[in-house]
Amino acid sequence: MSYIRPEFRHPDSQTNINGFTRKDYEGALSTLCAGCGHDSVSSGIIDACFELGVWPHRVAKISGIGCSSKTPTYFLGKSHGFNSVHGRMPSVTTGANMANGEMAYIGISGDGDSASIGLGQFGHVVRRNLNMVYIVENNGCYGLTKGQDSATTDIGSSSKKGDPNPFQPIDLCSMALQLGATFVARSFSGDKEQLIPLIKAGIVHNGFAFIDVISPCVTFNNTPESSKGYEFVRDHMEATGKMDFVPARSEITTNYESGFTKEITLHYGSVIHLYKDDKLDCTDRNSALRAIQEHDEKGQVLTGLLYVDPDSRDFHKVQQTVKHPLRDLDEQDLCPGARSLGAINASLR
Amino acid sequence: MKPTNITNPEYFHKVVDCQYACPAHTPVPEYIRLIAAQRYTEAYMVNWESNIFPGVLGRTCDRPCEPACRRGRVEEEPVAICRLKRVAADNKDDITEFLPVAGASNGKKIALVGAGPASLGVARDLAPLGYELHVYDENAKGGGFMRSQIPSFRLPEEVLDEEVAYITDNKNVTTFYTSRVDSLKALLEKDYDAIFVGSGAPRGRDLPDLPGRKEGAENIHIGIDWLGSVAFEHTSSIGKKVIVLGGGNTAMDCCRTARRIGGADVKVIVRSPFADMKASPWEKDDAVAEDIPIIDNHVPLEFVMEDGKLVGMRFDRVRAEYDAKNRRKLISTGEEPAFYPCDEVLVAIGQENAFPWIERDIDIEFDKWELPKLDEVTFQSTNPQVFFGGDAAFGPENIITAVAQAHQAAISIDLFCHGKKLTRRPEPGVTLVTQKMGIHEWSYDSSVVSDIRFQVPHADKAAALGDRKLEVELGFSAETGFEEAQRCLNCDVQTVFVESLCIECDACVDICPTECISFVENGKEAELRERLRMPARNTDQDIYVSDKLPTGRIMAKDEDVCLHCGLCAERCPTSAWDMQQFLYQVTKASQI
Repeated sequence: MSYIRPEFRHPDSQTNINGFTRKDYEGALSTLCAGCGHDSVSSGIIDACFELGVWPHRVAKISGIGCSSKTPTYFLGKSHGFNSVHGRMPSVTTGANMANGEMAYIGISGDGDSASIGLGQFGHVVRRNLNMVYIVENNGCYGLTKGQDSATTDIGSSSKKGDPNPFQPIDLCSMALQLGATFVARSFSGDKEQLIPLIKAGIVHNGFAFIDVISPCVTFNNTPESSKGYEFVRDHMEATGKMDFVPARSEITTNYESGFTKEITLHYGSVIHLYKDDKLDCTDRNSALRAIQEHDEKGQVLTGLLYVDPDSRDFHKVQQTVKHPLRDLDEQDLCPGARSLGAINASLR
Repeated sequence: MKPTNITNPEYFHKVVDCQYACPAHTPVPEYIRLIAAQRYTEAYMVNWESNIFPGVLGRTCDRPCEPACRRGRVEEEPVAICRLKRVAADNKDDITEFLPVAGASNGKKIALVGAGPASLGVARDLAPLGYELHVYDENAKGGGFMRSQIPSFRLPEEVLDEEVAYITDNKNVTTFYTSRVDSLKALLEKDYDAIFVGSGAPRGRDLPDLPGRKEGAENIHIGIDWLGSVAFEHTSSIGKKVIVLGGGNTAMDCCRTARRIGGADVKVIVRSPFADMKASPWEKDDAVAEDIPIIDNHVPLEFVMEDGKLVGMRFDRVRAEYDAKNRRKLISTGEEPAFYPCDEVLVAIGQENAFPWIERDIDIEFDKWELPKLDEVTFQSTNPQVFFGGDAAFGPENIITAVAQAHQAAISIDLFCHGKKLTRRPEPGVTLVTQKMGIHEWSYDSSVVSDIRFQVPHADKAAALGDRKLEVELGFSAETGFEEAQRCLNCDVQTVFVESLCIECDACVDICPTECISFVENGKEAELRERLRMPARNTDQDIYVSDKLPTGRIMAKDEDVCLHCGLCAERCPTSAWDMQQFLYQVTKASQI
């Protein structure tokens, strides 16, 4: 019996720009069902953070309740974490981000946590353009309570021992776009080639980055009749186009495929390369909404980067709040003196 | 790449690195698990079936298995396989009831020349089949070079006696000790159905042309002869200052023996650089630990005599240079020759075969090196009735090689005596059995411990140097033996993949600690190896490739650093991965 992962790693394991190995980004061994898509998302986050070279102690992972929300235990074991209340991950993240805007925030949620109990919170965190990556591990069912249909289950889709779902699903990507999200993507846990660059770009994006990851529930919702099973998604997946994420510093040293048709420069000089981008203009919100709708009508799942606003201004910027960690503010900053008070008073007269 | 054919026994055999590297292909992980389970007798018998001398080999084997051990590819040191074998031998119960009984006579008579590991191995394999086996040896006891060349402080006599007796006690085996065979022709005339020559490589190399060799003869000895004479107690002392020439294991045995019987100032002086010496690293360590300096890069120039007495040796100082093909050349530094004083010199610079007792008119052909011409698989000479094995066959090797050859020669002899075709060799015995007992439960201990190699305790140095027969290595205690056994990665428990069950969920890819599983587009091997999650650059190890999966990709697993931890199979939702124990057994002439 082993729930213990061996200590050994591949002897040729490399270190990243900050001297960390991939192992430094791992977490505890997963206790989710074998074959759960969520484990692949965790692995994708580990790879993305390793490749980006983020400092583990400069990341906070925050989650709500559900199978998805258990997963932060299984990655970034040396980072900060907060397993919060059901559907309340956005407000906890907002608080943390307000207190320290210099960290990377990874919010992990599920379709139940975001599209049902947390729908209100989801809407408002999108509106505020909080600087975070918001990942929904979307399996179209309530896996932790034995697989009941969720708010993202497609019409007609049925889970193990379930009847076809009669209700209209909530499409979180469309909703995020309508509410003004500045980075929206959809991906599939079984396609890491697409998922990892999206997570990397999401971390670097200055504002709210939403990634809806279809992540099959292998135990309750991986039936041939389910629209969120491995087989269905693979058969019906359409990508907006292959993309590469190129961090600002590595453009010179790393060989990225040439032949990209569009280049989007993000905050701090990182670049997204897009290839074969014929279906969609990723910087046009309407085009993204239309493309999602059109593919949905054809029974296809549109994945990839759907929309990005490279000029995004995050919540701190909009609110003119201090991005610097509050813990670092000294008396001078907090009590600027009578002259400043006078100036404020004068401005209100 | 084409899908891997796992039904070919050699595929998974190669994954069991230790067993594959062992000339006798002893199922190492199998007996290590038995040791961990304190089933020492069974562990011993697994060994005995395969390598015949577990107690001897657990102390003296050249251990080709250890450099091959997978553990050495993920951390510094391999599992102490050899010393674990000794744990089985030290802790076993009486095994006599498990020994094969003498088979009812089949009317065939075989002569075996020499009572070393090769001849004894043939005798063991043939005794249960009813052969009448006559073993001839010039010495008073069996064991051959295991007795004459390996000093008692490395291999206690009673261990060797015991394991020789397991064979010679069989009723079908008759020993003729102190009976030197001086003529093969005469033996051939004695109406034997077949003759096996396992007479070893009895001639130690000398330096006949070195100035002073003749004059100093009284104090210059050939290493293996001198070791034999100490073992049989014809020699019991040596001068105070001793020079041992040579860098192999015999040199190490010579210098350490000399330290015990009067050599106070013993030096090993060797032509090659220290790193190139043939001796096993641990034997060099043991010699150095007994205050024996090893002086490298010194080529002997002359034995120096004074007043008709040997007083020392002169050496040319050299340095090694290697050409593009890594061939070594020793180049004189041009410095003044070095002089080392000594009373006696032991020459341990190699040994070779010698067959003065084999007539050249009995249809046995010899090659230009004076070695018999043999079939490499059957060990049959050009005289179909005569077979060779051990050092006598292809020159000096080691005990485990002699044993491996003995098994094959025994098969050949059995086939020959029954008039069957010798080239039709029996297939190996292979089983592949699932270890699954539950979702997270295997019938082997799958967890991988991080312990580093445990050290074998040694006897007190002063006491050891004062007693030639006191064994230096004390062996692992049962407790340490267990802990060392836990370091074994169970490479024989194979990761078996069934593509029809795979749903390509990536769970195995995500969990694998050494990133050896990839799902990729197929391609040519060299190019595919580079595209894996971790490039597979150790081409000695195979890539396990599946057939095409529904997405058009294939599963490709680099066998190189798989820890056999079973996590891929535990995380697989459909049991497309399973952990199955693979047992590969070389088929012997008789089933033990």
